[in-house]
Amino acid sequence: MYLGRVIGTVVARRKVSGLEGAKFLVVQPLCERLQESGPTQVAVDTVQAGLGELVYLVGSREAALALDPYFVPVDAAIVGIVDGLHRPERDVQDWTP
Amino acid sequence: MRLCKVIGSVTAAVKHPAYFGLTLMIVQPLDATSMEEKGSSILAVDTVQAGPGDQVLVMSEGSGVRQILKTSPTSSPIRSVIVGIVDVVTLDEDASV
Repeated sequence: MYLGRVIGTVVARRKVSGLEGAKFLVVQPLCERLQESGPTQVAVDTVQAGLGELVYLVGSREAALALDPYFVPVDAAIVGIVDGLHRPERDVQDWTP
Repeated sequence: MRLCKVIGSVTAAVKHPAYFGLTLMIVQPLDATSMEEKGSSILAVDTVQAGPGDQVLVMSEGSGVRQILKTSPTSSPIRSVIVGIVDVVTLDEDASV
C-alpha cells in the first residue's frame, strides 16, 4: 500500500462490465515526506475520498478485492482517508489535514 | 520479503473494513548490503508490534497476507505486512554478486 493525493476525477461511460458505478479518481502517489514518488494514476474509490485529500491505496491484484463484488478488474483502489502521519524517524512534524 | 526500516505510522478513521483494528506503519525499504535507504516508502500492516526505528521484514503478496491475518480470500485488499523484526543481518564478506 502507499500514500497518494487525490488530484482529479475521471468519467468513463463505456467501460468493461463490472466497473459500472465505480468512481475513478486521479491520484498522485506520494512518499512519507508527501513528495511525488511515481507517475499519476487512476484508482477506483471505495471510501468516498474528495479532491485534495491525502489517501492511501492498495495496488496490483489486491486492489481487485477492494470492491464488492470482488475481482472487479482494477489494479489500484483507494482504501483509506489519512487523518494523521506520525514520522519520528524523519525530522518532520506529525501531519494532520 | 524486503528489509525495511519503520519510519512511523498512519492513522485513518474512514477506511475499507478490512483495515479496521489494524496498525498501519510507514516502512522504508533498505538495501541489504549497505543498509542504506533505497526506493520510496510504502505502507504495511504491522503484526509483530514493530516500532519506529526497527528493522523489519516486509512481505508483499495478498494470499500470504490473508493467511497471516486469517481473512477470507474475497475481502482483504491488503498487500504488505510486517512479518518480523530483524535482530542481525550477516553478509558473506567475500561473496561476489
